[in-house]
Amino acid sequence: MDLPVINSISGEVAEGGGCASHSCGSTDDQLGHLPEHIRAKVHNHPCYSEQAHHYFARMHVAVAPACNIQCHYCNRKYDCSNESRPGVVSEVLTPEQAVKKVMAVAANIPQMTVLGIAGPGDPLANPERTFTTFRELSEKAPDIKLCVSTNGLALPESVEELSKHNIDHVTITINCVDPDVGAQIYPWVFWKNKRIMGREGAAILIEQQQRGLEMLTERGILVKVNSVMIPGVNDKHLAEVSKVVKSKGAFLHNVMPLIAEPEHGTFYGLMGQPSPTPEELQELQDACSGDMNMMRHCRQCRADAVGLLGEDRGLEFTMDKIEDMEIDYPAAMVKRAEVHAQIAKELEIKEQDRQFQAQAKAALAALQGDVPLTRPVLMAVSTKGGGVINEHFGHAHEFLVYEASPVGVRFIGHRKTTPYCEGGSSCGDGESALDETLRVLKGCEVVLSAKIGFEPWAPLEAAGIQPNGEHAMEPIEEAIAAVYEEMRATGKLDEKPELQQKVA
Amino acid sequence: MALEIIESCVNCYACEPLCPNEAIYQASPHFLIDPDKCTECAGDYDDAQCSSICPIEGAIIDELGVALNLPGSLTGISAEMLAKYQAAVEATYRAALEAKTG
Repeated sequence: MDLPVINSISGEVAEGGGCASHSCGSTDDQLGHLPEHIRAKVHNHPCYSEQAHHYFARMHVAVAPACNIQCHYCNRKYDCSNESRPGVVSEVLTPEQAVKKVMAVAANIPQMTVLGIAGPGDPLANPERTFTTFRELSEKAPDIKLCVSTNGLALPESVEELSKHNIDHVTITINCVDPDVGAQIYPWVFWKNKRIMGREGAAILIEQQQRGLEMLTERGILVKVNSVMIPGVNDKHLAEVSKVVKSKGAFLHNVMPLIAEPEHGTFYGLMGQPSPTPEELQELQDACSGDMNMMRHCRQCRADAVGLLGEDRGLEFTMDKIEDMEIDYPAAMVKRAEVHAQIAKELEIKEQDRQFQAQAKAALAALQGDVPLTRPVLMAVSTKGGGVINEHFGHAHEFLVYEASPVGVRFIGHRKTTPYCEGGSSCGDGESALDETLRVLKGCEVVLSAKIGFEPWAPLEAAGIQPNGEHAMEPIEEAIAAVYEEMRATGKLDEKPELQQKVA
Repeated sequence: MALEIIESCVNCYACEPLCPNEAIYQASPHFLIDPDKCTECAGDYDDAQCSSICPIEGAIIDELGVALNLPGSLTGISAEMLAKYQAAVEATYRAALEAKTG
């Protein structure tokens, strides 16, 4: 069987699209505030870019059946073909079969840009099968982005291998950073040749997840964090999770609703554990969005999904069907490049249009005089020069202070301090250095740095200074204007700042 | 002294690479343990590796036919809950059948 290669992308996208844009939750461009180098990596990734998911497709191959933990929302008897949820597949593939399937799909659905391994178990608990698939694909189909989704238990030992295969996207499912919460989600983990039950197992999992997250971001590998919102178990805790993972460099947080029905045979399903309502989910996503780029268009795909998010064309590519397909990949690659360029052009036009409309709207509103004269706000940034936010909070010897107001952004002055943390062993007396920094930043309501560690986060907030690491590598004035606009939009300029001080 | 994998195995491969004696092999309809090779991990590990990672209660038994992972021990799902599950599955199945036959 030979499926036709799609020639005209525009018509096909509209028809074949998994979902219409209005059904994708918030239309917020959650990538808008990402630094350019990250945006460049994710602009055509349907799972990371709300924009892209209307155009680009993804697929998962189910090569990883083994798992090293048990979650209460998962039933390991995954041989069900009529369900659409993570961890469910129809057939487990060998790496050889998976490679064949990916190339067949890539040739027939040229807008497929991303291959993920997500299960049905944990990809890193099947290192041999997972990495063989990645190795083969990076050789044979170098135009496909590779990514992996993991529970994180085996992540630290896999980071080296992951970076070898040029996998620049990893998703870690982190449902908690507190072992007491974890004990209610994970009945056991398999660790160092033993099954570890309850809280002790959860504590190991959490430690491994956090270590893995740090190791990946250190190597410049993009990390998205998935969290399952489980009402009454971790719903109150996820804002804290968001804060922690952001401080460690995760670039996107995806809070997903628990899926639990008795007929799934999961612990939560059988216990009658409620799933969150859409309102509860949105409320939590909004609460987390103050700290994190939130993702709101996730469709919680099966571990063998094929196509645009929200659609599944897996049945067109079962093993018996692809056996007979003749794939000329070099030819397909040329076609794919054309299709991708066409989509990129379309997206660019859309983006220009969006910006133009936003500007026109703002200009009109200004003319009509309904833009309130909002109060000015002082913001501090740490920079090594070059006009961009490129210094870590803890390494800064000085902060540049700017004033943002409805008329623009202007430089106020610089304030010297002792670096809170030089990195490494000199962090011992970080406490007093931090106090000094807090003192010099007095009057500022926001501090923007390339990165801000978890430790200074709470003291900064307590002092009325919002830490912000979302604008790393961005031009200073643009970033400050964006933060000011965000404060205006979220009503923060209507409230009085907790600490306000006039700067002469 | 040997363990045995029985029909409730879901073929998840988790046990196979862990066996210190390479006694576990893929077979149809499910993985099997070569009784001549299996030592129940004596001398290698404190706990038998296959039954320490197996997610399915009752899928691995000892020579006396006793399950190494007892019902409810891994998932927290009790016998009553399981009965409820089976009822729910049957209900779903019946509904699907009715929908098909009109």
